[in-house]
Amino acid sequence: MDTFVQQLVNGVTLGAVYAVVALGYTMVYGIIQLINFAHGEVVMIGAMVAFTVIPILAAAGLPPVVAVALGAACAVPVCMAVGYAMERLAYRPLRRAPRLAPLITAIGVSIVLQHLAMMIWSRNVLAFPQIIPLVTFSFAGATMTGVQIAIVAICAAMMAGLAWLVYRTRLGRAMRATAQNPQVAALMGVDIDRVIAATFVIGAAMAAVAGVMFGTYYGVAQYTMGSILGLKAFSAAVLGGIGNVPGAMLGGILLGVVEALGAGYIGDLTDLCRWGIGPAERCADGGHFVLFGSNYQDVFAFVVLILVLVFRPSGLLGERVGERA
Amino acid sequence: MTLLEARALEVHYGGIRAVRGIDLDVGEGELVCLIGANGAGKSSTLRAICGLVARSGRIRYAGEDIGATPAFELPRKGLVMVPEGRGIFPRLTVEENLAMGAYARTDPGIADDLERQYAMFPRLAERRRQTAGTLSGGEQQMLAIARALMARPRLLLLDEPSMGLAPMLVAKIFDIVREIARQGVTILLVEQNARLALEIAHRGYVMESGAIALSGEARALLADPRVREAYLGEGAG
Repeated sequence: MDTFVQQLVNGVTLGAVYAVVALGYTMVYGIIQLINFAHGEVVMIGAMVAFTVIPILAAAGLPPVVAVALGAACAVPVCMAVGYAMERLAYRPLRRAPRLAPLITAIGVSIVLQHLAMMIWSRNVLAFPQIIPLVTFSFAGATMTGVQIAIVAICAAMMAGLAWLVYRTRLGRAMRATAQNPQVAALMGVDIDRVIAATFVIGAAMAAVAGVMFGTYYGVAQYTMGSILGLKAFSAAVLGGIGNVPGAMLGGILLGVVEALGAGYIGDLTDLCRWGIGPAERCADGGHFVLFGSNYQDVFAFVVLILVLVFRPSGLLGERVGERA
Repeated sequence: MTLLEARALEVHYGGIRAVRGIDLDVGEGELVCLIGANGAGKSSTLRAICGLVARSGRIRYAGEDIGATPAFELPRKGLVMVPEGRGIFPRLTVEENLAMGAYARTDPGIADDLERQYAMFPRLAERRRQTAGTLSGGEQQMLAIARALMARPRLLLLDEPSMGLAPMLVAKIFDIVREIARQGVTILLVEQNARLALEIAHRGYVMESGAIALSGEARALLADPRVREAYLGEGAG
């Protein structure tokens, strides 16, 4: 039971970050039907910028929380600029091209950004200075750190802010209208180029914060971290129904929980001794013969992706297709 | 005064000339209809005026050349189009659709105009919180027209407002169009239903294969034997 609650806490923390990244995928897909494979690299750049700035600030004697906040404040504008630039330079010229062209371009942009990051920050793993004091809270048999609580709270605030933007503001209404019918939106006076650019920039800003949180949580950042994180967040977006904003939030949290629970139990469940079929010499005296350890954690996201694609391709909250228009 | 003036307007789709150098005028306060068979180039003409398709020739609106103006700047100038097939936003609510109509406006009269649309279209008031995709075809057409009115148009372009509607609804839509014109909005109406269009219009243009075949007073066109034979389904005898 303790494992369950603990993994649930870990899963929700991780899932909240996935959800924030997944929103970037889903918003861009919703508006221009592009899977922006480079979105994960924006998360990575956010983490790298923060990891460059934070040690300097910490060394200057700033309190840790202020240093991290300022690190995020530097990462956000950099990522917004990256998001804007990729839309303007790579995707906008291909807006009328067959759909495969921008998709392949997105993979290209991802490779370019990754290698730029490698040139700037080297191949090495950047370590996050252990400046944030470890504060823990006990809760229903599980422990939650201060960082985890902060991550969940910040992600919840960002998601609430985005929901407000999309469903309650003039820009959000224009974004949804553009997603449904760009030509008619233009006839209403919407400059769709600006709305699309705004979508990229908003997604990138959230990705930057996600990168800082992800790095702070694991204490490391590297130029390759964006690929796997990006793919998982993409899986979360597909799980929720790509193009659907509440779906991305739900998909992210669910994916995080599935992954954490999977990692928590897979060792136990694939212990052949537990099922009485392990080799006798290993199982003697309560020994273990574990087929898959928790290092298989990454597998779950993709198992979920495959299951969704096979059984419910439109995702949990996916938009129904073929509505009358 | 001429509000809209098109000269030598041409539209090409690849190698196909959909509109072949037409001249068209709409005077302030006029209701002008553009009739013709399917594929004659009527919709292409409207889309060209709005900048939705690449075009050549000269288009002047309110004394200003709009030949290179992007579509999204036209509502601010009072040039508003109700597109073919209505083009409502199916997953936005009725009220959000109407708000999109006023997107280009920044004046404080938007809330009053919303109530005005609801008074004119009580069906929409009943369904203001419903998503527009759940409306019937006739309701969607009313929503499309109401949404265009939210922009406070000076010139309203209507592309086939009767398309796909039952005859009773068609009559209702035409009543509404006439009422909008009576309130002082200049209208350019594209229609396949030539008789109804000519009955409410002041002037008409007949398009054939991308060119203007006939034009004149609507009443004169209604009486013209060529129009009667080709578009009103009456024999020459």
